[in-house]
Amino acid sequence: MIAFTDAERKKYRNIWVVAEILFGEIQPVTYELTGAARTLADLRKSEVWVVVMGSDIEGKLESLFAYGADVAILVDNPGSSGFVDETETKIMKRLIIKYKPEVVICGATTRGRALIPRVSVMTHCGLTADCTGLSIDPENGDLLQTRPAFGGNVMATIRCSNHRPQMATVRPRVMKSPEPDPGRAGRIIKEDMLTSDSEKIKQIIDVFHSTETAYNLADAQIIISGGRGMKGPEGFKLLKQFAQRVGGAAVGASRAAVDSGWIPYAHQVGQTGQTVQTKVYIACGISGQIQHLVGMQSCDLIIAIDKNPDTPMMQIADIAVVGDLFEIIPEIIREIPNL
Amino acid sequence: MKIVVCIKQVPATNDAKIDPETKRIIREGMKAILNPFDTYAVEEGVQLRDKFGGEVIALSMGPPKAEASLREAISVGVDRAILLSDRAFGGSDTWATSYVLAKAIEKIGDVDLVICGKQAIDGDTAQVGPGIAAHLDWLQATYVMAVEEISSSSIRVKRMHEDGYDICEMSLPAVITVVKDINIPRVPSLKGRLASNKCEIPVWKPDDINADTSKIGLNGSPTRVVKIQPPPPRHTSTKKIEGSSIECAQTLLRELKLRSIV
Ligand SMILES: Cc1cc2nc3c(=O)[nH]c(=O)nc-3n(C[C@H](O)[C@H](O)[C@H](O)COP(=O)(O)OP(=O)(O)OC[C@H]3O[C@@H](n4cnc5c(N)ncnc54)[C@H](O)[C@@H]3O)c2cc1C
Ligand SMILES: Cc1cc2nc3c(=O)[nH]c(=O)nc-3n(C[C@H](O)[C@H](O)[C@H](O)COP(=O)(O)OP(=O)(O)OC[C@H]3O[C@@H](n4cnc5c(N)ncnc54)[C@H](O)[C@@H]3O)c2cc1C
Repeated sequence: MIAFTDAERKKYRNIWVVAEILFGEIQPVTYELTGAARTLADLRKSEVWVVVMGSDIEGKLESLFAYGADVAILVDNPGSSGFVDETETKIMKRLIIKYKPEVVICGATTRGRALIPRVSVMTHCGLTADCTGLSIDPENGDLLQTRPAFGGNVMATIRCSNHRPQMATVRPRVMKSPEPDPGRAGRIIKEDMLTSDSEKIKQIIDVFHSTETAYNLADAQIIISGGRGMKGPEGFKLLKQFAQRVGGAAVGASRAAVDSGWIPYAHQVGQTGQTVQTKVYIACGISGQIQHLVGMQSCDLIIAIDKNPDTPMMQIADIAVVGDLFEIIPEIIREIPNL
Repeated sequence: MKIVVCIKQVPATNDAKIDPETKRIIREGMKAILNPFDTYAVEEGVQLRDKFGGEVIALSMGPPKAEASLREAISVGVDRAILLSDRAFGGSDTWATSYVLAKAIEKIGDVDLVICGKQAIDGDTAQVGPGIAAHLDWLQATYVMAVEEISSSSIRVKRMHEDGYDICEMSLPAVITVVKDINIPRVPSLKGRLASNKCEIPVWKPDDINADTSKIGLNGSPTRVVKIQPPPPRHTSTKKIEGSSIECAQTLLRELKLRSIV
């Protein structure tokens, strides 16, 4: 690959965010990334642009400015029934060639992770996955991207200095959403859709909103999670009761519990499950192997209940309760008033 | 129907250690396994072949020992396997890896469907599947949890999303990446084991797939890993609660109330 010259590199400016739109709404990850992009753009004395592809979304763009965007590029796609990777890739490629951003950040969601690798190949750019830290060299704009790999066992720092734009994905809830400033204004640029490719056909036949396949652990403030120590499906009934008493808590699980068939996969936390960043995480009978820890270790308060005081989970917990959970949890449930 | 399944040999994650001196991952002596997500890709390929006929081919880029993972695929029903192995492929990032795999798929020829795992458990990027589709300029569907229908010219799949799923129909050829809900991988049969011991696995080099050498290996990779370190430890002073179960419950409850959690 031929590296860009300095002169070529300098043609690329501004930090872009690809908005995540679901059912006509801008998703929270977009605001989190806009906040992160703002920090980078301030260091580079450049602007934050957000690319919005979706239908009937024009009225909602003001919120992007409130979270730090200077420009929203709107590609209105009336009648679009769902996510078509190839169409969005083409739009992105066209916009990148036209406006030359220095950095493109996209949510590491199922849609983002389908779209942006395609864009990176088509535009010949490097792409760093699931970044947990982004910093920029204020002088030359090189992005230093930090990301976990090997299931969280290592942190890698990655650069793509030789090419522009530099692309990264960031998982939801990894960056903190900034405080919105409702008075902030910005500009809207409208771009056309492309006509579709004639010989290749892709259609989204139907879209289902289902909590069965996607139990939303992420929306909860508190997660009460169970592992092999729960001993069976009965144990999870106990946890559900516990969660009910602690208003608004969701039930999570380790892979050992999921693989035993005690609770559906959608509840799994960890490397091969969901990443969560809740205010409170209560781990019950979960030893805390690294693949589980990577999914929850950035929760604000971690409480562990285990009869073994020496597990990794008990070491990283803020509060470690040593004892038999089948005695402790029913006791707690009894003591919490049932509202 | 001609199906290619892309599989990666990965270290069993638990063993990933960093050399404190060189700050590199110690790969020597690490147990290597077939990427767990790829077992679902292999199974799906074999099931589709069994239903609709044709051929399923396993393809892997990696060091010579990655052959073991290809043999594993053959033991559960894959018809043949190809290993892409050469010094020049080393250091490929996802851009270059997906380029190499795409060139090999072109070389195999007349492929209708490529199946990848959702992601590899070492690199963890989930970028190679869509990357292959982009290099080939084929359609793609990621996070596929079911193949609902397939004909010689099109496929209908169920794609998983955070908020549910959708049904997507597209023309072939195409690339899909699959999640674990899609099937239950079989265990190898005795016949499968024998086949896997016997089979010849050809090794392809950059020339065999007409790869542009400026697009492979470290030179062809736009990303550079510049530093590897252990994750920062979660700083904590753990507050330990011990005693009888009733004492434990009451102390914990006090802590929860103190923080307005209950
Ligand atoms: C590639 C790969 C990916 C993986 N991905 C994930 C993932 O996404 N998520 C995940 O969770 N795991 C994952 N794992 C599995 C992980 O390595 C562990 O095997 C798993 O997390 C263990 O689950 P556990 O802690 O529930 O079970 P265990 O390790 O068996 O822990 C059970 C705990 O319960 C305690 N206990 C038992 N009885 C009681 C009692 N009566 N009262 C109190 N405590 C009790 C025990 O002391 C023990 O500490 C993955 C593994 C691999 C190889
Ligand atoms: C610590 C570390 C961090 C890295 N971070 C990045 C990064 O952010 N961006 C980047 O571009 N590269 C990165 N790489 C390089 C990347 O891991 C390699 O390019 C790797 O060959 C493929 O990526 P993956 O492991 O993420 O595979 P994924 O994209 O997660 O794999 C998805 C699927 O593609 C198929 N597949 C993947 N690799 C092969 C193969 N070799 N042969 C056959 N099929 C395959 C399998 O079906 C697999 O299930 C990193 C490497 C390391 C060691």
